[in-house]
Amino acid sequence: MVDKEKWKQINKARKERPELQEYSCWEELSPIPISLPIDGAGGITGDWRTFKPIIKKGCNQCGICWMYCPEGTIHKTDNGSFVIDYMYCKGCGICAKECPTNNIEMVREGDKKDD
Amino acid sequence: MIKPELKDFLQSEETKIIKGNVAAAYAAKSARVQVISAYPITPQTTVVEKLSELVDGGLMPGTQYIKVESEHSVLASLVGASMAGTRTFTATSGQGLFYMYEMVHWTAGVRLPIVMAIASRGPAPPWNIWADFTDVISCRDTGWMSAFCASHQEIYDEILMSYKVCEDYDVLLPKFVAYGGFILSHTSKPVIIEDQDKVDNFLPPLPDEQGWPHIWIDPNRPLMHGNLIMPSGFYSEFRMKIHDAMIQSKSKIKDVAKEFEKVFGRNYGNGLIQEYKMKDAKVAILNYGDLALQMEEAVDQVREEGYKVGTIKLRHFRPFPVEDIIEVAKKVKILGVMDRATAFGSPTGGPISSEVKTALHGTKGTAMVLPMINGLEGREVTLEQQKEQLKILIKINETGELPEDLLHGTLWHGKLEVKK
Amino acid sequence: MASLKKVMEDEIACKEWFLPGNACCAGCGLEIALRWAMKALGPEVAMVTPASCLNVVIGLWPKTAPDFPQFNMAFAAGAAVATGFDAAFKAKNYKFPGKGWDKMVSICFAGDGGTTDIGIQGLSGAAERNSNIIYVCYDNEAYMNTGIQRSSSTPHGAITTTTPFGKDRYKKNLPAIMRAHDIPYVATCSISEPLDIYEKFQKAKSIEGCKYIHILAPCAPGWGYPSEDTIEIARLAVKTGSWILFEVENGVLTLSKKSRPLLDPSKRVPIIEYVSKQKRFAGISEKTLIEIQEQIDLDWEKISAELKCQEEYSK
Repeated sequence: MVDKEKWKQINKARKERPELQEYSCWEELSPIPISLPIDGAGGITGDWRTFKPIIKKGCNQCGICWMYCPEGTIHKTDNGSFVIDYMYCKGCGICAKECPTNNIEMVREGDKKDD
Repeated sequence: MIKPELKDFLQSEETKIIKGNVAAAYAAKSARVQVISAYPITPQTTVVEKLSELVDGGLMPGTQYIKVESEHSVLASLVGASMAGTRTFTATSGQGLFYMYEMVHWTAGVRLPIVMAIASRGPAPPWNIWADFTDVISCRDTGWMSAFCASHQEIYDEILMSYKVCEDYDVLLPKFVAYGGFILSHTSKPVIIEDQDKVDNFLPPLPDEQGWPHIWIDPNRPLMHGNLIMPSGFYSEFRMKIHDAMIQSKSKIKDVAKEFEKVFGRNYGNGLIQEYKMKDAKVAILNYGDLALQMEEAVDQVREEGYKVGTIKLRHFRPFPVEDIIEVAKKVKILGVMDRATAFGSPTGGPISSEVKTALHGTKGTAMVLPMINGLEGREVTLEQQKEQLKILIKINETGELPEDLLHGTLWHGKLEVKK
Repeated sequence: MASLKKVMEDEIACKEWFLPGNACCAGCGLEIALRWAMKALGPEVAMVTPASCLNVVIGLWPKTAPDFPQFNMAFAAGAAVATGFDAAFKAKNYKFPGKGWDKMVSICFAGDGGTTDIGIQGLSGAAERNSNIIYVCYDNEAYMNTGIQRSSSTPHGAITTTTPFGKDRYKKNLPAIMRAHDIPYVATCSISEPLDIYEKFQKAKSIEGCKYIHILAPCAPGWGYPSEDTIEIARLAVKTGSWILFEVENGVLTLSKKSRPLLDPSKRVPIIEYVSKQKRFAGISEKTLIEIQEQIDLDWEKISAELKCQEEYSK
């Protein structure tokens, strides 16, 4: 069933509009291609890694790694500690290089799956 | 220079004796355009100047006028302004249109309802500033609609009708409104500037805060436009939609022309073409631009000599009125198609004549088409010459003999020959 | 001077406006520049990006990475489209007053190719008109998106695919060109100082008129260094004095914190330290190295003279 009105969903407010548009044929398409913001626009970029950054216990929560991470995959938690989102971390190594207390270690990815 | 007086800008119906360019400026004012961006080029300069006078003189409150540094930036800034959800207008000509060609494609790709007045001039080299529609017609494949104006009043009227067609949510395409450089742009005739209330009721309202239905700028509903689509993705299908919208616009153009006649009392045929004395005509010439209007006088005079001739004014080139052309071609035996533009290497050398031939292909009982070209780069075409053109068609109908001086099947009429 | 702790308390600065999982290279300099620019500006922007890396790293339709209104655009059209946005916001503010249209920021985020080469006409026009836009040039010193071809922003001696034996001409000085347009604000930044970027963008947001910000954004594949060194390379560019951090507000030049001490030539790190870490300077001749060092020293003499002049004039 071709739904020519489907594209109008993107007009709605942020919370109501679809996160990802799905169209089956030319008649369903919006008049022009509109893209909506979504995490992972380039795919599951965590797959790119060869080395994985691990924040060690000596971290003094200075926030320098958060400041320098190009991808924005280091997040500050409510208790002040920092965690890395491994789904999208590309393993560039900047956080480990810039950490002033040397408390981030780049560990080679093994055959284990990420948590 | 006369300093304009600040007065109540709400226009009431008024007949002014003004140049074609100034009529275009008044049409933009009547349409309450919100963003204008323009760059001067002969013969469009007086549009830019008049708009400056109107905007800077406070007669178009709220309208922003961006005085850009090149034509490429003209259309780029209008793309930005239109995407944000505003009604926009500009004017250009010849070389300027060629300079913004990249953005012409972009505008159609984003389907922004921008209306552009074109005071057509011939492409250089050799350097030329006079009437020749090659500039507009060479943008025929870009996805812009295009219309030709034959009179000063038509310039004003067509711009108003264009906003109504372009901003229709089923169309959403940009449009050229073209008229002959110097012939219409710099001569003066009485033009009725309509009452603002009447125009406001005829035109759709200005875009609201939400913007256009298909693209908007709203931090609460962020979107992105223009990223890559792979060949295996929906790229072709999005392009299909542009062509589909353009063909669908034909019925909208007709509806709007009908409504315009009802509201303002001026008739422009069916919107796509306008026939003159075609009921009993044996031969006819299809023409566009101001020469189409002069041709009506030529038809009258030739008819006095006893010949049954007629003329058709082509108002819209994009979308091409295939069905209407087929209908008129069934009425006559010989159809002359007169171009005021060139399409080098095409089947006939003239863009409209090539497309008329394509439109008639496959339908039985239609006229024989004689492609003709005249008036290039603003060369004068007199009434006598137009009568001669009609007589050439009459001769073909009576004797079956084609003129001797055809160039690859096309009659380039009014060639210059200097006798030694 | 903003402190990291203070910035981490700000709600807008804590949010990621350029969503992760995009197609930027690992360790991309542009991404850091954009992340911090947006942390300072917030989501009430309309951004136009002429053809550049940024155009493609956001992903394919129907996905995108910027969590704010952003539009790809033809190469030469950046500054003009931003001007168009600004005009539209003014028109919309007139029609719908009090709805925040006057708070919207028009910004063009272009690469060095789209700024110094093909986009310079539009930029100069926008600056001359004093259009109310922020024009950002993220400078990775070559046409990186199309495969590392030289641009007029490529430095002397650098190897690119179109200068396989090192570029003979020097880097086009865009900040100086923009200063000559007499716009209210011209600034240079480096991605090694994100808080400096944050402050400069916040300042730019508060100024009416044309603002130009030039950010040095090293590119790992283009410059030839491992991805983890991106910040270090950007830092060295500043420490050697080859990239000077400054602001010019209404014609008054101020050196930024990290560049100020380098007025003393003994504080500048020798350029060999910067050049030796990048493969694009591989095989650079002794002669070229001396030329580069001499040019840096000359540039600093000029800055020093200008600052002295400024001080004298203001007395």
